[in-house]
Amino acid sequence: MLDVRGLQKVYEGSGRRVEAVRDLTFTVEAGELVCLVGPSGCGKTTLLKCIGGLLTPTAGEVLLAGKRVTGPPPGMAFVFQEYGRSLFPWMRVAQNVELPLKQKSLSKERRRELVADALGSVGLADAAGAYPWQLSGGMQQRVAIARALAYEPDVLLMDEPFAAVDAQTRADLEDLVRGLWRERGITVLFVTHDIDEAVYLGERVVVLSASPTVVQETLKVDLPIERDQLTTRVAPRFAELRTHVYAQIQAAKRGVPRQPDAPEELRTDTPPPH
Amino acid sequence: MKGLNALLGAAGLAVLLALGEAVPRLGLVKAAYFPPTSRIAGAFVDELTDGAFWSALGDTLTGWALGLGTAVGAGIVVGVVVSVVPHLREATASTIEFLRPIPSVALIPLAVLLYGTELRSVLLLVVYASFWQVLIQVLYGVQDVDPVAEETARSYGLGTWARIRHVLWPTALPYVITGVRLAAAVALILAITAELVIGAPGLGARIAVAQTSQAVPEMYALIVVTGLLGLLINVGARAAERRALAWHQSVRGEVTV
Repeated sequence: MLDVRGLQKVYEGSGRRVEAVRDLTFTVEAGELVCLVGPSGCGKTTLLKCIGGLLTPTAGEVLLAGKRVTGPPPGMAFVFQEYGRSLFPWMRVAQNVELPLKQKSLSKERRRELVADALGSVGLADAAGAYPWQLSGGMQQRVAIARALAYEPDVLLMDEPFAAVDAQTRADLEDLVRGLWRERGITVLFVTHDIDEAVYLGERVVVLSASPTVVQETLKVDLPIERDQLTTRVAPRFAELRTHVYAQIQAAKRGVPRQPDAPEELRTDTPPPH
Repeated sequence: MKGLNALLGAAGLAVLLALGEAVPRLGLVKAAYFPPTSRIAGAFVDELTDGAFWSALGDTLTGWALGLGTAVGAGIVVGVVVSVVPHLREATASTIEFLRPIPSVALIPLAVLLYGTELRSVLLLVVYASFWQVLIQVLYGVQDVDPVAEETARSYGLGTWARIRHVLWPTALPYVITGVRLAAAVALILAITAELVIGAPGLGARIAVAQTSQAVPEMYALIVVTGLLGLLINVGARAAERRALAWHQSVRGEVTV
């Protein structure tokens, strides 16, 4: 579904050359939920913006369903970390959700249906007539998620969407995203700096190195498909996986290419050599 | 609290009017140049019954409204185009900074040469003065567009026109309205000035006539009318602002969730 091949992004300006992303190659299969996790400042947002067609990569390419991404593709929806700035304060909740649909040739009834359905899915059917700034942070991010759902994307890109909400809301939103992913079968690429969140949410975790970024490791999360905040997070396997990812990220920060003493059974899904 | 403020305001006004009545009557100033409040009020009532007064008021308001409308329309269009077209803002910045400080009244000789005492003379001055007020605010407003909002719009496939309409325009609107409010006040000043100096028909010209014919209370009454006009325009603009910007932080205040 989503192919990232040899992606490189170099920022140049005012005499400085910053290589944010060096060489990234990975794939997200249709219907998969993949978490990207990496040390802070490793170019996660840059990567996601390149995938979303908001930034042009310096080298390499992004393919969505076999087609090269050159601008924001119609089959992708973006959920930003800064929900307060991503939602428009001059529009009511339902109008915010509906606006992207107006760019598609849909009938008014169909648009209304999609908006009501998406708001219902995130548990905000009652808030349609409110302004975003009348809602709490968690509810605002739900609106942003509803806007993405209503757009009916093939791929949902989420850029640290829960980094700015409190821990309890965050747990609820994580379960919401997993629930929606299972219910709707959309492909999700979820960027986070939170290792527990990555392991809890993802079917696969792509660990990124420090900047200039390459893929440090790709890890299959073999936790049961049914997950919940109480039992999953205390499961021994969860602890093993998070410890492994944590070790990988620490290694990435030190610039070590791979953790040599990683247990063999965890190294199941390393990226192909390129 | 609000009632008390209104009461204090009314009391202040009453004191001012009483002083205006007492000072000339006590002989502290010459009543010929500074007639007591009651005589100005009498002249004011006389004006209201005079058809010529109403047509002068109509002329002034016509010049004000046409000039303001033109300036607002042109200011918004030019402001948005200059901001949206790449490099145009940098290319026009110095020209704008040069033209903007030229006082509109300095163009009076030009207006007279071009149009004599016609309405178009008034319009030239009004438009020139109000245009910059709107343009500058539009330019500021457009710069205020949030990059996250802009990226959101782009990621959802909104084209240039849709982004102008749904992101740029609502962001700039608070600035635009401030610009229009400032321009409305400036437009009135310039309309009266143009009539007063050039003699184009209107309240300004009527003030000049009252002055030259020694009708001092009438002159004051007309000045009061221009003051009232300014007040009405400002109150109206503020009310429109609150309606249009109900969503904006400056109007809605802090919402506690």
